This record gives sequence, structure tokens and C-alpha cells, in this order.
Amino acid sequence: MPKQADFIRKRNFKEVALGYSAEDAIEEAGRCLDCKKPFCVDGCPVEIDIPGFIRAIAEEDFALAIKILKEKNCLPAVCGRVCPQEEQCEIKCILEKKGAPIAIGRLERFAAEWESQQDSIEMPVIDDKTGKKVAVIGSGPAGITVAGDLILQGHDVTMYEALHEPGGVLTYGIPEFRLPASVVTREIEYLQKLGVKLICNFVVGKTRSLKKILDEYDAVFVGTGAGLPWFMNIPGENLNGVYSANEYLTRVNLMRGFQYPKTYTPVVRHKKVAVVGGGNVAMDCARTALRLGAEEAVIVYRRSETELPAREEEYENADEEGVKFSFLTLPEKLYGDKNGWLKEIECSKMELGEPDASGRRRPIRIDGSEFRMKMDACIVAIGNSPNPIIPQTTPELAVSKWGTIEVDEESFKTTIDRVWAGGDIVSGAATVILAMGAGRKAARSMHEYLSSLT
Amino acid sequence: MFKIIERKSIVPNLHLLVVHAPDVVETIQPGQFVIIHCGEGSERIPLTAADWDREEGTLSIVFMEVGTSTGKLAMLQPGDEIPTVVGPLGVPIEIEKFGVVVCIGGCFGLGSIFPVVRALKEKGNEVITMLEGRSKNLLYWEEKLSKYSDKVIKLTRDGSYGYKGHVKKGSELLRELGIKPDRVIANGCTTLSYLASRDYAHFDVPVIVTLNTIMIDGTGMCGVCRCTVDGKMKFACVDGPSFDGRLVDWEELAARRKQYISEEAFLVHHSGCGGF
Ligand SMILES: Cc1cc2nc3c(=O)[nH]c(=O)nc-3n(C[C@H](O)[C@H](O)[C@H](O)COP(=O)(O)OP(=O)(O)OC[C@H]3O[C@@H](n4cnc5c(N)ncnc54)[C@H](O)[C@@H]3O)c2cc1C
Ligand code: SF4
Ligand code: FES
Repeated sequence: MPKQADFIRKRNFKEVALGYSAEDAIEEAGRCLDCKKPFCVDGCPVEIDIPGFIRAIAEEDFALAIKILKEKNCLPAVCGRVCPQEEQCEIKCILEKKGAPIAIGRLERFAAEWESQQDSIEMPVIDDKTGKKVAVIGSGPAGITVAGDLILQGHDVTMYEALHEPGGVLTYGIPEFRLPASVVTREIEYLQKLGVKLICNFVVGKTRSLKKILDEYDAVFVGTGAGLPWFMNIPGENLNGVYSANEYLTRVNLMRGFQYPKTYTPVVRHKKVAVVGGGNVAMDCARTALRLGAEEAVIVYRRSETELPAREEEYENADEEGVKFSFLTLPEKLYGDKNGWLKEIECSKMELGEPDASGRRRPIRIDGSEFRMKMDACIVAIGNSPNPIIPQTTPELAVSKWGTIEVDEESFKTTIDRVWAGGDIVSGAATVILAMGAGRKAARSMHEYLSSLT
Repeated sequence: MFKIIERKSIVPNLHLLVVHAPDVVETIQPGQFVIIHCGEGSERIPLTAADWDREEGTLSIVFMEVGTSTGKLAMLQPGDEIPTVVGPLGVPIEIEKFGVVVCIGGCFGLGSIFPVVRALKEKGNEVITMLEGRSKNLLYWEEKLSKYSDKVIKLTRDGSYGYKGHVKKGSELLRELGIKPDRVIANGCTTLSYLASRDYAHFDVPVIVTLNTIMIDGTGMCGVCRCTVDGKMKFACVDGPSFDGRLVDWEELAARRKQYISEEAFLVHHSGCGGF
């Protein structure tokens, strides 16, 4: 797929991938073997009829393609961009064995973009109104899926969001150059057109208790996602210039810090930035830092390149843009200047030992290998705990020792009657599509329950 | 949208803002705060509640004009609407029958201490309220606070009203009067909170302060509000904002407060406390 050239894109916030032209898409779709037993579908957490939509593209019926996608996935424009297809559908594609699986994600993205350029989009049929009221708490991918599914089934849906803009991580976390805000806005507006009521600036648990919300609605879905960023617990972590990935990305994305000084939320333009971690979030931070003018952005990861959890595509993009990588490196101490600003990071080198519980080889610190890096910013991207507000303010709700809400695996019911939960708040940090998959299952169970009411 | 009912300057650099936010005031408790955001391009600003009226659905806030975003707030007029007033956030301050409670307010804290004073009095405490400011013209709400206080002590640094001195003077007065507080609560800028924690520590009772850290989301998601209390990392927006000042790492807090000063071209303000 065409991309902005690396030397240009590393200085702007526009989307990196430029997307397929219709000709490209038809040609790529033409490669699909339309397998009798399509393994790709098994790899898709929401079971999209993949050969079906690809066939439609090959036959140049783009309207049909998007219709097929939307039967199973209410956010194709988002998933086509950020799903890890290489470990889901594309890895299962029969052509993978030949080294060139069908670019399923890119085709999905193409169909969604095609739809967005049409003058009018086809509105789905909404079932007769049931008169049942549903509250969805959190407007990330999990909440969006539940809202989208239940509104189509005729229920009355109100979505509550704590921040001033909806979308969850899609809005405050994933950067503009990977997922433009306009794409998310479009999806939310679509939901609103379907009749979903959106209430921003409302923190359930604080503004109103979950209990009270439950008095007003027949069923409630909690999709409050991630919270409380983890830090490394090493000396110097509260120095200025040390950020959680969430803070750094929120300043830039949600608060539009990249337009500063046109906007008022400041983002310090650091020169040398270390990013600790190896996932997509770490890549996003390092690439953002370069775009904000950093001379150097280094990913500091304690395992090796092989264990890097980020998507291959994002690793590649980061590498092309000039992000540096310091593998097998563990930060141990942060040093600041007399005004409390970060100056240096002391690290140790690591080596890989036996595989641990996760199957990955455990990194072991090499004694005496300490060295220092001169850095004026350190972004900690090593994950986070679930959002604490609803568990904190709802003592009856059972949570695990990690703070995730406990649910029934199939129905996503919580321990409180009429309350369901799903997404990162249940699974811990995961992916957009898994959050959507959870939302889908919860919505099914909620609909069953709502239909049983008279 | 949240409608502005009133906005006026009460003393130099401090403004009173009354906004219609019925959902927020329905459950608000003393010590909690809201985050205000004036729309695309503004910052999200945490501000502690200074008063509320549940029947009218209105919330009062006293804020200091320090930067571009608070500058925008200072220009609001009755009838204007702002897109975001979210809350109440944070853990309410502990209100019990403690006995003798000294409440110290300075700067915007003269406003935010009011709900605390009122709630303590209603719980049956003996409340001694101290109003602190550089000069007489910076003190406000004396009458309002007096209504719920058993004793009011005014402290001005230039001696233009009440006693001459900073909060330390207040602790000396207590000693002279033979009063031993069961709890001290201080609201105001970081300097005042720090001084109160230092100068009242010898009473050997909790000195509860409200930390004014930088915040973004206010829901425990970003970690910018982190501070060290009793050697542990705390997030002021969800664990606080009230903590025992005797256990706070003040040096770190002050450094973190100043993170964006060079970026945000801070306006110099004249209430004389150092401005953070
Ligand atoms: C930087 C970054 C990059 C990522 N990249 C990818 C990627 O490339 N591919 C991928 O698949 N996944 C990626 N992820 C992970 C993915 O974004 C998440 O797994 C997914 O968003 C989880 O969805 P969710 O709906 O559970 O929660 P969230 O998206 O976290 O949404 C929860 C929402 O609930 C709101 N909320 C919280 N508490 C309350 C309350 N009490 N009341 C009201 N509202 C509340 C929050 O403000 C938030 O808007 C990335 C994550 C990050 C941070
Ligand atoms: S497995 Fe690959 S070739 Fe087969 S249907 Fe799916 S995308 Fe097409
Ligand atoms: S303000 Fe973001 S975690 Fe406290």
C-alpha cells in the first residue's frame, strides 16, 4: 500500500498510509482464491465474511463490500487501520504459505474509505422500538460496539463518556498519523444518526453512582477501559520530562498539543527522547516525539527484537522514520538537573534466559553492564491497570486482584444483576478488535435479557 | 453545555465563577473538584468547589488567573456557555467530629475551604478559621466563613489587617491561646500548603492539604498528577487531592508544578504567594 515517504512523514501528523486506489484494491482482491473453507474467517475475532467482501471488491461492487463488513464489524475504517491482521486473519490466509497473504486489512480500509466518500451512506433498518433503556459507560470500541448492536435491535441507548470527546483510546491514545481523528468522529456521528444518545463530561461513579444509573436503565454495559499507567518503580520517575505514554499521547492527541501554540495544552519539545517498552504504544510515542521535532527517539526494550510485541508494520514504520532501538536494555535510575528535569538514564544490559510463563525468554540483568544515556525525556509505555473509578465506587462489583472486572466468560455478565462489562476493563490492555468482540457478546446477552422482559 | 450564571473579580487576580451544573452538584462533597474545559484548543483545568446550591443546580468556584486558559475563564460573562464542567472528581475530604479543627485558607483556598468549614461546623466541631493573604485587599468571604466558624483569625503579611505574618503566626497565636487543634486543614497555593504542613507539624495531628497538581483527565488515566506521599506514588486525581501534608514530598511537587512554566508563558500575578 502506498505510504507517505519516510523523510516527509516523520515531520507531519498526517496519516502515514495513503490507502489503495480502486484499481489497486480490485487487483489485490482479484488474488483471493475464494476458498471453500476460508481459514481467514477463523482468524477474525468478529468472524467477518472475508471472502465475501473481497469478492464484492473484485467485482467492483463496493457498496456490497461495505455492507458485508458492517454486518459483523461496526468500525471497519478503524479496524482496517489498527487491527493486527498479520496475527489474526492474514496469518491464516492460505496464501500466507506462499509468503503473500491477501492484504485483508487494507481492503477493509479501502471499502470503509470508499463509503465515507459517498454523498449518502445507506442507513440500516432499525428494529421496532422495544422501549427498553440501556446505558453504555465508556465510548471506546467496546462501548461503541454495544451501542451500535443494541440500537439496531430497537433499544434506547445512552452512552456516557468521562472525557470531553468520545472514542476512548481511539481518540486520546492512537495518534493521528495512524488513525485520523476524523475517522473516529465519523463513526461516532453514525451512531448518533442511528439514535444513540451521547453524554460526554459525565463520570459514572462520580457524577452519578452506577447504582443510580441502574435505577434509570434496564441494563448497563461497563466499557471503561484502561487507567492508572504503570511506572517502573525506579528512582527519579517523578522528574520533569518523565511521562506515562497516556499522558504524552493525550496531550498530543486529545488536547491537540501538536498544534501548540495554536492550542493551549503545552507539549514540551524535547530533543532526546527515550521510550520504555516495546508495544504499539511505545512505537506511537517514539514516532510522535520525532514529529514534534526530537532529534533522537530511542525505544528501550528489555528483551530482544524477536520478542517485540508491537505489530510488525508499526515496527517497520518506526524504523523507517528513524526511531532507534536499544534492545536488551533495562532502565534502572533516572538522574535530573537541579531544577528537577531529567538529564540522564542509567541502564543495564540484559541477556535472555529460560522461557517464562508467557513462553518468552526471561531477560536477566548482566551485572556490571551499567551505562548512561543522555536524555531529556523518558516516556514510560509499559502498560496500565484497568480504570479504577467504577470498581472504587461500586463495592458490590467483583474485581480480580489486577483490578479487572470479573465477568462470565460467555455472557460478559458481572456479579451485579443487569450489569455487563467488556473490553480492556475486563481483559486488561488488549486490542480494539478484542474489545469489540467482547462488546458483541455482551450485547447479545443483553439483548436476550431485554427481550425476556415484558 | 454549562451556563455561566455569574463571573466577577472578587479581589485582584481572583475570580468567582458560578456555573449551572446540576449533575455535578447533586453528589458533590467538600474537598472535591471539577475539571473545566472551554473547548477545542483550551486546557483542562482542575478547580476545587467553593460552594454549591443543589436546588438551583449551581456550582461556585474561585479561581486565580494565571495562564492563557484561566485568562479565557476570566473573560466569561453571565449567559455564556462552556462545553465541559466534569465532576465531582477526587475523594471527598474526611469530615468527622474531630474536636477542634483549624482551617487555613489563602488565595483561591479562601473559597475552597468554605465547604469544608461549613461541613465541619455542621458535624459539631469547634472550627477556627484563618484567613491568610499578603494584604487586606486580598482577603474575601470573611463574613461567609465567620458564619460557620467559632473563631476567625486574619493574617496579613503586611499587617494591614488582623495579625501581621504568614501561617506560622497563626500557629504561634494558637499556642499563646493554649489551643491544641485535633486536626489542621489548609487550602491554597502550594506555598501555603507547604508552610502549613511545616509550621503546624509540631501539634502532632494530621495537617490535611489539597494538592494542586497539574491534571489532564482527572480519572486516573494519564498519571500527570502523580506525587509522592509517605514514600509511595499517588495519583492526586483519584487518590486525593487531599493528603496529610506532613507526608508529602514537597520538593518534588513544587518542581512538577513548574513543568510547563516556561512553555505556558505564565502571567505574573500579584497575590504574592509565588504563583503556583
Ligand atoms: C497508544 C495506543 C495504541 C494502541 N494501538 C492499537 C492498535 O494498533 N491496534 C489495536 O487493536 N489496539 C491498539 N491499542 C489498544 C486498544 O486501543 C484498546 O485495547 C481498546 O481501545 C480498548 O477498548 P475499550 O472500549 O475497552 O476501552 P477504551 O478505548 O479505553 O475506552 C474507555 C472509555 O471509557 C471512558 N471512561 C472510563 N471511565 C469512565 C466512567 N467512570 N464514566 C464514563 N466514562 C468512562 C474513558 O474515558 C474512555 O473513553 C492501543 C492502545 C493505545 C493506548
Ligand atoms: S484465506 Fe486468503 S485466499 Fe482464502 S478466502 Fe481468505 S483471504 Fe481469500
Ligand atoms: S489527572 Fe490524569 S491521572 Fe490524574
